Amino acid sequence: MQITVNGSAHKVEVEEDMPLLWVLRDELKLTGTKFGCGGGFCGACTIHLDGQPVRACLTPVSFAEGKQITTVEGLSIYGDHPLQLAWIEHNVPQCGYCQSGQLMSAAALLQQTPNPDDKQIDQAMTGNLCRCGTYPRIKSAISAAAKMKAAAKIKRAAAKEGNADA
Amino acid sequence: MPDTTVKNIHRRQFLKLTGLSAGGLVLGANLPGWQPAWAAGLEKNSELNLFVSIDSDDTVSVVCHRSEMGQGIRTGLSQIVADELEADWQKVNVVQGLGDKRYGDQNTDGSRSVRRFYDTMRRMGASARTMLERAAAQRWEVPAGECRAENHFIVHTPSGRRLSFGELAEAAAGQPVPEEKDLRLKDSGQFKYIGKPVNTVDTPDMVVGRAQFGQDVAVDDMLIASIERAPVLGGKIIKLDDSAARKVKGVVAVEQLDGGAEPPLFKPLSGVAVLAYNTWTAQKGRKLLDITWSETGHSQHDSDAYLKELKQAVQEPGKTIINHGDVDTALAGASRSHSATYTVPYLAHAAMEPLAATAQVSEGACEVWACVQDPQSVQQNVASALGLKPEQVKVNVTLLGGAFGRKSKPDFVVEAALLARKIQRPVKVVWSREDDMRHDYYHAASAAHFQAGFNGDGKVESWLQRTAFPSISGTFQAGVDRPSNSELRLGLADMPFAIPNRRTETQRADYHTRIGWLRSVSNIQNAFGVCSFADELAYSVGRRPDEFLLELIGSDRHINPSQGDYKYDNYGEDLKKFPVDTARLKQVLRRVAAKADLNMRGDHEKNAGEGWGIAVHRSFLSYVGIASKVQVRDGQLKILEMHCAADVGLVVNPDRVRSQMEGAMIFGMSLALMGEIKMQNGAVVNSNFHDYPLLRMHQCPPLSVELIASEEPPAGVGEPGVPPVAPSITNAIFAASGQRISELPINKHLKIG
Repeated sequence: MQITVNGSAHKVEVEEDMPLLWVLRDELKLTGTKFGCGGGFCGACTIHLDGQPVRACLTPVSFAEGKQITTVEGLSIYGDHPLQLAWIEHNVPQCGYCQSGQLMSAAALLQQTPNPDDKQIDQAMTGNLCRCGTYPRIKSAISAAAKMKAAAKIKRAAAKEGNADA
Repeated sequence: MPDTTVKNIHRRQFLKLTGLSAGGLVLGANLPGWQPAWAAGLEKNSELNLFVSIDSDDTVSVVCHRSEMGQGIRTGLSQIVADELEADWQKVNVVQGLGDKRYGDQNTDGSRSVRRFYDTMRRMGASARTMLERAAAQRWEVPAGECRAENHFIVHTPSGRRLSFGELAEAAAGQPVPEEKDLRLKDSGQFKYIGKPVNTVDTPDMVVGRAQFGQDVAVDDMLIASIERAPVLGGKIIKLDDSAARKVKGVVAVEQLDGGAEPPLFKPLSGVAVLAYNTWTAQKGRKLLDITWSETGHSQHDSDAYLKELKQAVQEPGKTIINHGDVDTALAGASRSHSATYTVPYLAHAAMEPLAATAQVSEGACEVWACVQDPQSVQQNVASALGLKPEQVKVNVTLLGGAFGRKSKPDFVVEAALLARKIQRPVKVVWSREDDMRHDYYHAASAAHFQAGFNGDGKVESWLQRTAFPSISGTFQAGVDRPSNSELRLGLADMPFAIPNRRTETQRADYHTRIGWLRSVSNIQNAFGVCSFADELAYSVGRRPDEFLLELIGSDRHINPSQGDYKYDNYGEDLKKFPVDTARLKQVLRRVAAKADLNMRGDHEKNAGEGWGIAVHRSFLSYVGIASKVQVRDGQLKILEMHCAADVGLVVNPDRVRSQMEGAMIFGMSLALMGEIKMQNGAVVNSNFHDYPLLRMHQCPPLSVELIASEEPPAGVGEPGVPPVAPSITNAIFAASGQRISELPINKHLKIG
């Protein structure tokens, strides 16, 4: 089977029903995607399939064939996705175990809803458990990242305009 | 110096101690140009003492010998060392220490890391700094007193000459270790890092998925084991049919683990392990095992029936542990009296990372990589299981994906070691969520009964508290049938009220499942009882809870709860250094009361079903108050806001202390609202987060944390936020609705919004 993870193609010799979670973790050694419950209850294994957030523990590898798989390792090339920067600025993680999944759910949210309100954040993030209790900081960091993204967009637009003027 | 002495050790020893020799790293070829936190490199360093080494490139490496589970200890302890060392924080590298008794205590529980090692770490930093200063003095041929460390340089004050730490590292390592009396410690006004919200050192790795936890360890040639364990304590394998499991493609071996001994200690349970090349295959094979387990003395255990028995038991006179005055006479003559009974069910730790351990066994040696709170206990338990000496067991501590007490019990590491020896290749044991939920060392189910009598002036004259729960001691010795004195010290014996007649009793509670410590331990049920009952008393005489509590606590004083044979151990600390100080308790009480509107009660309609509750509690030498605002409408509860005031003594990293208090509030809400492990026929019924739910983001109200500025010695942080949370919520529910919830969890009585 061939799958594409973070832009790279990988050949894997596994059973078709093996959840993507274990293909990523055991076969490709991409351990950023975490095993939390194996039943879709906790969100620690959240990844993107063609940009959509899914639980890797419930997604058979065969379902991901031909799709773009993005894991936390591929969220940004340089670790500077606005969410990653906001996570550091707000010192969000405690133990850190659930944070890959939190980040991937949050990234999908911002993709869909660039400027989410509190309710929309709650709705998008309610499937991601955090036992250490970082919810308030996750919320603040998502809002901060949304602002960062918006500011970058304005900057880009301004730069474009500037170029046009020149 | 209680725990560790400053020692100059040879470089080779240091490398051995930290496991950082070039060949020490066994991760597969999958790792790019970085190493996990537990395997950071030190090869070129000069060692100044057990905890501090300096590279010629100026990098200062600080060993963190305590386990990181989210409390920020790798950052906190390093901050302390770096401050006294006068190091530049940007050049500080944190190295995770191996299990080794030379570090002193490594058991990362009991909220002890900072309070036990604050002084030690300061001395380690100051000692290394002194050695650098002396090395510079020798180089310049000037008196050492003229040399001062300043932000990673040693400066010769009269001439302004400077040498960097890196330039002096080798010469400094050759200096004799300074005498403790010659160490110059900073005044608190000179602190650069202590007291500052330094960002967590591991966060950058965490946000790119690079942080390595126990579940993430990969060793060349290893197999993954998934283990089906005895569902009931003491169960043994009677019959096993593993033929179907062995037929699964990729299953390499099926092995039995003999267990079932009682007391359970930290030994593995009986189990059958399916070993395969990957986790999925191992889990798949395991589902096909057909095992018949033996009946045991616990096969009839039913948690609902058990709680009823405990509740019944605490209505009857028990064994008196502490007695002041004459409660019975005072109660008989009381002008008004009140009684209540509270229960808390079994609770699970449910850290986000299920247990995992990797082990490799060779002749006369074992190496493990695991998410453990106490690597020395791992050394002892693995050594005893394999017939080795503890020092023959090398324990690499990964990051812990949450722990809360569970990961200080190394049964899962022993499993990995036994299997690795059996099949003669490295084994990683991967616990599933269901395993984690069903084979925990549970927080004890409990019942507590309280009685109090008022005199004619409305003062509480008598207080009886009687509790029953299976003791943690039952995990270590047979025949324990009631709470131990050490569990009473956590919130009952040190109950801070100035009541002349008071008595503490225990009642019988048999041991049927592995019991262990969970974040704040018996303080959970003890504070739930004490803080709920005090609130009930206030309302029973029409008083505002804060005013009533201030009166109950009484004058500013230091309490010594010891009496006769009953010795209060004060979390292992001297009462002179860490008194039970009512003034500090009253201070956090006033602070949280100021956040709340405690006049809002009685007229539930007018208040739209909203109300406030407060609770204050001292535990782990710290003082925490919580104020909760809730809304109760149509049988549905919503927590609207929650506030914490905490006096934890001197704060090393205010941001991490805040985050621990935020986390404690959320942990406390989970247990209060929805925490309940159920057992039927001796086995745990819950299996995953759908039937052992945790608080989710949409249920989490806005939180605030106020840290009381203090120059008192640093006290506990990880746990003391938890105990007052549950009673503050149930007290608020009473204010909001008139409904008194005395049996946790709250979702048995109200829907959770």
